[in-house]
Amino acid sequence: MKHTLTPQRYLILLAVMLTASVGDTLLSHGMSQVGPVTLAHLGLLLTALHNPWVITGILCLLGFFASYLTALSWADLTFVLPSTAFGYVVVAFLAKYWQHETITFYRWVGILLIVCGVGFVANGPSLTMHESQHPTDEPTPEIATTGGHR
Amino acid sequence: MIFPTHIYAGPIETWATIITVAATAVAGDVLTAGAMRRIGDLDLIRSKSGLGGAIRAVTSSPMFLLGVLSMAASFFSLLFTLSNVELSLAAPASASLTFLGNAFAAKLFLKENVNRRRWMAALFVCAGVFLLAK
Repeated sequence: MKHTLTPQRYLILLAVMLTASVGDTLLSHGMSQVGPVTLAHLGLLLTALHNPWVITGILCLLGFFASYLTALSWADLTFVLPSTAFGYVVVAFLAKYWQHETITFYRWVGILLIVCGVGFVANGPSLTMHESQHPTDEPTPEIATTGGHR
Repeated sequence: MIFPTHIYAGPIETWATIITVAATAVAGDVLTAGAMRRIGDLDLIRSKSGLGGAIRAVTSSPMFLLGVLSMAASFFSLLFTLSNVELSLAAPASASLTFLGNAFAAKLFLKENVNRRRWMAALFVCAGVFLLAK
């Protein structure tokens, strides 16, 4: 089994997965308390900013963006994106056990496919090393056959 | 002939708006990823220049700002799409197309080594996201 990331970097990827899904769920919960926002009642958006669930949700999403950018600075986009998709799975479980929503058969199949997709990239190299680059802490870099500079 | 009341757009407009959402999202992701690759390892920058230095390095990159602009364009085009197309089609179709488009764009523009394992991941995630919205 080939590990190419340090435990600290796996934690960053975990933060990418969790902060997005938890943030979305918190926002959804907060907005359900605030009520529907229409063009005639745009002021409700300002009211929403006083809701603790909405505030926590926004903080989580800020954390998501920071950890997403950090991950992109040392891993390929095609490595990080499946990790972000795992957030959909977390959202589904949060919806089932916290919001008591029903998960249909199709959704369980979707969750299984996403887990398989994440599994495909999780054990592979996280970064394509071009000939001009030097690895930082990547013990088994993969040299791109396409090569070239951006 | 009776049309369902919840469908507002024809097939061409529907797919044009969905593709616009996906294309701007892919542009945002690729530009952001390209910018982060040029800036370098944020962990190293933060250890040398602190959190402020890392934030300055990111926000002063024109490529990053262009990426954020593309993400904003994607968000607003999604809003526009949702006002014309059913949510159950627009959301999973645009998300799935974004995953596939990102794999192509990462190989083409970022020169990432998108091997068979990553193609499989993109396809599985794409199908999974589509099923999640059903």
